[in-house]
Amino acid sequence: MVPFHYLLYLASFLFCTGLVIVIIKRNAIMVLLGIELMLNASNLNLVAFNQGHPEELHGHIFALFVIIVAVCEAAVGLAIVVRVYRYFHSSVPDEIAELKG
Amino acid sequence: MNLTEIFFYFFILLAAISAGAIVFSGDVFKSALLLLTCLLSIAALYVLSFAEFIAVTQILIYAGGILVIIIFGIMLTTKISGQALTVQNTNIFSGGIAGIGLLTLLVRYLPDIPPAESKGLQPQDISVIGLKIFSLYSLPFEIAGLLLLVALVGAAVITSHLKSKV
Repeated sequence: MVPFHYLLYLASFLFCTGLVIVIIKRNAIMVLLGIELMLNASNLNLVAFNQGHPEELHGHIFALFVIIVAVCEAAVGLAIVVRVYRYFHSSVPDEIAELKG
Repeated sequence: MNLTEIFFYFFILLAAISAGAIVFSGDVFKSALLLLTCLLSIAALYVLSFAEFIAVTQILIYAGGILVIIIFGIMLTTKISGQALTVQNTNIFSGGIAGIGLLTLLVRYLPDIPPAESKGLQPQDISVIGLKIFSLYSLPFEIAGLLLLVALVGAAVITSHLKSKV
């Protein structure tokens, strides 16, 4: 039996690290990287809480769907980053302050 | 302390250290490699919690798919000039306050959660996941497939017809 609470502590640490990365980094790709870290922390929580009802497997299947949505988010997010970089020649989110296409 | 627990604590430490190093790393490519280390150690933690299917999915999709896409993005948005792309930090004070505050709050209330009743965690038969996906969760599965299709077409449409402002 692996310790249950340590997984939750690790998940909260990873979530806060992802939040700090999203806030402080001046690069759009680093922001996406931080979001991936936060989604992984939530997945870790889902798998840890699945230990309460190990035969039901609800947590595992929910983690699977979270991974699918994370893939969609990464694909569309990076497409937007590449498009914005080609248009503005910059990947710094603070410098892009114009909505007109 | 048996071998499983030693591996468990080792991978927890590895994941935490590599995630923390991303904050202090100024190089985007190195940060992507650190994220790869973090994701692989989380996959190892899934294996140790008897979530083998999630672990394999994590390695295939995160380490094999998303990391490759992110590295593609890095290569497409940096001018190839030889030197590494450095990232400046901004909002350090507010970011640190938000992160440390949330971490303190979570760590303060985490011990109140009752631990999972030890029913003797057993290795699961992986066919149960397949049966559940195609019976109880068949509608979310179809919707997820549709979402993937829409995201792929949307990403392809967004990156086509590129025109430059300057």
